Amino acid sequence: MWDYTDKVKELFYNPKNAGVLEEANAVGEVGAISCGDALKLMLKVDPQTEVITEAKFQTFGCGSAIASSSALTEMVIGKTVDEAMALTNQDIADYLGGLPPEKMHCSVMGHEALRAAIANWKGEAWVDDHEEGALVCKCFGVDEGMVERAIRINGLTSVEQVTHFTKAAGSCGTCVEAVEGVLARTNAAMVAEGKLEAALAFDPANSVPAPRRARQKQSPLAPVKKGSLTTLQKIRLVESAIEELRPFLKRDGGDCELVDVDGDRVLVKLSGACVGCQMASVTVNGIQEKLIELIGQPLRVIPVPSH
Amino acid sequence: MRPVYLDNNATTRVDPAIVEVMLPFFTEQFGNASSMHAFGSSVGGALRFARQQMQALLGAEFDHEIVWTGGGTESDNTALLSALETQGGRDEIVTTAVEHPAILNTCAWLEKSRGIKVHYIPVDSRGRLDIEAYRRALSPRTAIASVMWANNETGTIFPVEVLAELAHEAGALFHTDAVQAVGKVPMTLRDSEIDLLSLSGHKLHAPKGIGALYVRKGVRLRPLIRGGHQERGRRAGTENVPGIIGLGKAAELALLHMDEENTRVRALRDRLEKGLLQRIGNSFVTGDAGSRLPNTSNIAFEYVEGEGILLLLSKAGIAASSGSACTSGSLEPSHVLRAMNVPYTAAHGAIRFSFSRDNVDEDVDQVLEALPPIIEKLRALSPFWAKDGATGFSPSYV
Repeated sequence: MWDYTDKVKELFYNPKNAGVLEEANAVGEVGAISCGDALKLMLKVDPQTEVITEAKFQTFGCGSAIASSSALTEMVIGKTVDEAMALTNQDIADYLGGLPPEKMHCSVMGHEALRAAIANWKGEAWVDDHEEGALVCKCFGVDEGMVERAIRINGLTSVEQVTHFTKAAGSCGTCVEAVEGVLARTNAAMVAEGKLEAALAFDPANSVPAPRRARQKQSPLAPVKKGSLTTLQKIRLVESAIEELRPFLKRDGGDCELVDVDGDRVLVKLSGACVGCQMASVTVNGIQEKLIELIGQPLRVIPVPSH
Repeated sequence: MRPVYLDNNATTRVDPAIVEVMLPFFTEQFGNASSMHAFGSSVGGALRFARQQMQALLGAEFDHEIVWTGGGTESDNTALLSALETQGGRDEIVTTAVEHPAILNTCAWLEKSRGIKVHYIPVDSRGRLDIEAYRRALSPRTAIASVMWANNETGTIFPVEVLAELAHEAGALFHTDAVQAVGKVPMTLRDSEIDLLSLSGHKLHAPKGIGALYVRKGVRLRPLIRGGHQERGRRAGTENVPGIIGLGKAAELALLHMDEENTRVRALRDRLEKGLLQRIGNSFVTGDAGSRLPNTSNIAFEYVEGEGILLLLSKAGIAASSGSACTSGSLEPSHVLRAMNVPYTAAHGAIRFSFSRDNVDEDVDQVLEALPPIIEKLRALSPFWAKDGATGFSPSYV
């Protein structure tokens, strides 16, 4: 089951602006039944002010496709054509509180339909726009222009991501190389324009993923806070920290008592159920971690015999 | 209202009677069957009994023909890989276009990594195998033919006994993925030429993570999982004792309920199917009505997309599944429906209802009430749906 946000569910169960807009003067139709999703976006644009006064949609597709379409109509009503043109698929996804990665193509479909509708209103031939590049994915009718746009707008760097956003290469897989080509070219251009870190760019020659940035892992003995404490301050802190922990030990029938603090060595006496318990070493480690966290200094907790 | 669970081909509810027999094997009889002490030997006896229960369900000649595995997928992988190893000089596989991914993706990997040639036999529009194409694909190069006993999506049953004989004529082994058929179709493996058969516990009201591979006596088997000598060296790893005990009990209960599956459960399925087709236009049943599992119904609703149907059904407390692309994360509709040439207008809106002995009459009533308005609602949203049947949709690009 998909992890849809409440907003997606709300707009799927009770979609706003669903249906036919008879007085539409800007209509965008994208997708096909064979692809599994299709959207007809109908807008009414005021010719004087260029403001979109009404918007309706009809969608064939999954829950997130219907929710994305509905979201789109909500977003464009009241906007001018130019303002609407500035919207991206990411804006649609954001409006929905996010979409599962595999469903991002639903937001892209909305974006494409919007572009198609506005082109229709301006009297432009939307088809031309899609002939600027060769058809990349025959299964889903995705061309180079759409792949490139999705890569640029969303900062995509892998074929899998391109598939999630555009569906390209999501079926027979024969266009994977073509998608890789567009990715490499577009990423390279983005790096040159300073819009993408070179290390993240898609490189077909390198199939080993870039190393993750070294994690800032804290050794339990590494100092957390700067500044030194006097022995007395340290003892007080250790004492109060142990007091904080005792209720948890007591709940399990055990107890713990501070014996001595010697430099970074904290000597404790475990008693009650802790004595002879197989988990005692875990408990000691737990106490040590807790003390380090509370005191902010490296410490070593050492249990001493209780008799 | 009680929740309506009609997705039993995906997985079944574990029968409380099965849980009960399993429980002692977690905390009391927890021994390792290989151990030389009382804890081990009592477990060994219980495992033998479970094997006999499964032997009875399958109609196998010997109980040692049952090898316990981690599930249907492992059994499928074992069968294919073992055949390629034991059938020296034979490097081809014959299978069908509508197998479960456990077979299809393993075959695709074998093609890619080992250069194995795989023949995918097509089916007709009702999902029936092209037997002539199957016969032609078999050759002295065929190591193994693998054909599912019944299809998981449509329930269509394949004539595996005949297919096994044809495979043997070509000197090939025959394997069947019977995950959906076991417990619903009576089986007498001792009278058949089937060499290998995969089954899964969780489709039989036993837990997930346990399955079995039937290996006819005399068929050589190379283990997929290597290690200890468990299962006579055919599947290493300490036995999943509670799982095996549960699957044994599940086999016993399945045998007991086999008649019910084919009478009461079948009647529920038929009533649902008939009722939905009457109430909802532009819909049809996919699969072979003449030879089909008694519990499965796959209905295609035209001009709507499956995920929307499932989400709205789920809201109404009804669980079913879909061959739709959108629900699976893949982007193509079900490979089974595509292989059957079900048009895209319908394949995306195909819903599978799969029953079990847990279902009752009220379940059918609930679906008959809930589904028609759901389809109507989604069709009203769809640009392809027009009352006169014509589509008003003409995208400027597709």
